[in-house]
Amino acid sequence: MTDVPADPSSGARRVGRTAPEPDASRTGSGAGDPVGATPGDERTESDDSAVTSGVGRVDSDPAGSAAEHGGAVDGASDNTTVPGDTDSTDADSTDAGSADTDSTAVPGDADSADVAGDGAERDAGGEAAVPGGDVWERRVADGLAFLRRRITGDYPVDDFGFDPELTEQVLARSLRPLYRKWFRVEVSGLANVPSDGAALLVGNHSGTIAMDGMMLQLALLDEHPAHRHLRLLGADFIFRTPVLSEFARKSGATLACNPDAERMLREGEIVGVFPEGFKGVGKRFADRYKLQRFGRGGFVSAALRTGTPIVPVSIVGAEEIYPLIGDIKPLARLLGIPYFPVTPLFPWLGPLGLVPLPSKWLIDFGDPIDTSALDVDPDDPMDVFGLADQVRETIQQTLHRLLLRRGTTF
Amino acid sequence: MSHPRTVLVTGVSRYFAAQAAGRLAADARVDRVLGVDVAEPTGELTELLGRAEFVRADISSPAIASLIEDAAVDTVAHLAVVAGPGGAGGRDAMKELNVIGTLQLLAACQRSKTVRHLVVRSSTAAYGASPRDPAIFTEDTGLRALPRGGYAKDIVEIEGYVRGFRRRRPDVSVTVLRFAPFVGSRADTTLTRYFSLPLVPTVLGHDPRVQFVHADDAIEVLCRAVVEDHPGAYNVAGPGVLLLSQAVRRAGRVPVPVPDPGMTAVARLARRSGLVDFSLDQLDFLVHGRVVDVRRLVDDFGYEPRSTPVAFDDFITGHGMGAPVSPGSVDSVERTLASGGRALVAGLRGLLRGGGAE
Repeated sequence: MTDVPADPSSGARRVGRTAPEPDASRTGSGAGDPVGATPGDERTESDDSAVTSGVGRVDSDPAGSAAEHGGAVDGASDNTTVPGDTDSTDADSTDAGSADTDSTAVPGDADSADVAGDGAERDAGGEAAVPGGDVWERRVADGLAFLRRRITGDYPVDDFGFDPELTEQVLARSLRPLYRKWFRVEVSGLANVPSDGAALLVGNHSGTIAMDGMMLQLALLDEHPAHRHLRLLGADFIFRTPVLSEFARKSGATLACNPDAERMLREGEIVGVFPEGFKGVGKRFADRYKLQRFGRGGFVSAALRTGTPIVPVSIVGAEEIYPLIGDIKPLARLLGIPYFPVTPLFPWLGPLGLVPLPSKWLIDFGDPIDTSALDVDPDDPMDVFGLADQVRETIQQTLHRLLLRRGTTF
Repeated sequence: MSHPRTVLVTGVSRYFAAQAAGRLAADARVDRVLGVDVAEPTGELTELLGRAEFVRADISSPAIASLIEDAAVDTVAHLAVVAGPGGAGGRDAMKELNVIGTLQLLAACQRSKTVRHLVVRSSTAAYGASPRDPAIFTEDTGLRALPRGGYAKDIVEIEGYVRGFRRRRPDVSVTVLRFAPFVGSRADTTLTRYFSLPLVPTVLGHDPRVQFVHADDAIEVLCRAVVEDHPGAYNVAGPGVLLLSQAVRRAGRVPVPVPDPGMTAVARLARRSGLVDFSLDQLDFLVHGRVVDVRRLVDDFGYEPRSTPVAFDDFITGHGMGAPVSPGSVDSVERTLASGGRALVAGLRGLLRGGGAE
């Protein structure tokens, strides 16, 4: 709770702080040549928003006169930066950017905006979307502000190296088309993931390449009402591998070990773990949807020690993206990787074989297991294995149910 | 525990120890400070020493035992631990000083009837840096793999001797301070020189989290450890982290990613040529990074060091860095681009409207 929600908000605040600069220059240029043909159009727009947002700005209204008109425009454009900001950040987090999801981004961004301002903003946002010009202008400004922060190194990361800005602006954006259009992920049971505080998400692992982790992360970021960041736990192989290790840390992952898991849970994070590990992700296509052994049950003791709920997560669809039909073991040993996958398309088609098959995905978040209410000793292996098996059984049964619901694979 | 009367500080011909000895000598709670080293401190360091008395002595000789006995030293601050072979005159001399020096000093302390308190300068290098380590080290995290660099090996050995000493002399209060790499407006270390390179080599595909401690905070913590009583091991670092790429950019430098095998070769070559004093444990640091938990320090000492980003910013301004890609120049570029983009958008809109009117 302490780090991550603080980070995005501070990042958002930073956006707010840098955005007024270009905006100020914009009003300057707008006031500078009021006789120009196009600026006139801009002025009517901002006047419109001045009317709508005027409801919220009681204090600026009494000053209204011809001389103060400039001030009103100033105030209005000042106000329009807020919907613009929320609009563009919203477009970041949900690409489809429908009008009703606007309101979700507003509370995080505009601390000072009251309810009336909220309504006015939404109006102004709707209006701004029609002409299209201002939106692009703001996107250019936002993009530049983003680039500036990246070039000067002026962005926050938490102690694990999680870079919320990069995750939201770059990684999530590049995966979103895959999530929406390619796998058409359907999510159920999101209410089982708390909006506030820690939870340990335990899922089934599959798909040759761990795409399920990324899709699960995006599901929580986009579809959960609190837009929560999932902090995945990864094998040491990931943190040994160049490039992979860099992006794993920046996207919020850390090594699957008890100290890290417990630290994150104590900080109130949503932590995700795939206890099957490489046994799950690297299993043959013939064994699809058969859960493998659940490691050493370390995740159970982490949840027990921190008193966090365990949420079983069942993922259907990842099994079919790269059907693993073989494993070239000598090549894997040579390259130092856990397995060298052979799929119907890879390596035969070269890079083209890396395109995942467009299977239909279902992700279900099951009923949470309240570990704080259990009378279980985290240091008693029998208790730990018992609880791990219970989670495993739940996921296995849900998988069968989801498979029936899905029907055809694609 | 009452306040120390006579403090022995080792390694005072180096900046950090000289500064610490001077600060302790100026402290009203301390009666007398003896600073020892094989070489006499020169120039600026004599000023730093202030009221502390310099005694020429080699800690890796039995003579140190008689010094402790004659002066009735009750507190020993062992700071004669060097991080790089360059300063000590080669790796062998460095190991001699770090390992044998500590061994002899601890032997003298063990024999002494007056020593009640021992403070040892250690390093977060004691934790190593490997992909199998947890993201954040606490004082209780064990070492997973023996580090490959000379300094880290020395630190591991030193900590081993200190553990042995603590077992044999449980009546002596032992404080081990594990410092993160120093930065600050004045600090001049291998790492600060690394960030001063115009093109900073980094390891391709790795962007480790790095952590520093401000040199002034390091002095403050050390003096508190000597004057107050905080037995046990403490991580001393600025809270928070920077990514290496972030740090390089903040310093206004350009990162040049080099593949790992190449980087090892470069590091070896640089060390042999004597151009840059760069060792393999620093390379591991640049691959995997190292972040420690400082909660114990903050709770017990009641002192929170400056955060890592703040300490690093102080280092940048103190060294007049941050030049090539300064926020100011980025600002102006941003403004130019933004106005250009605005003109483009306005032009396009005019064009569209023109087309629509027809």
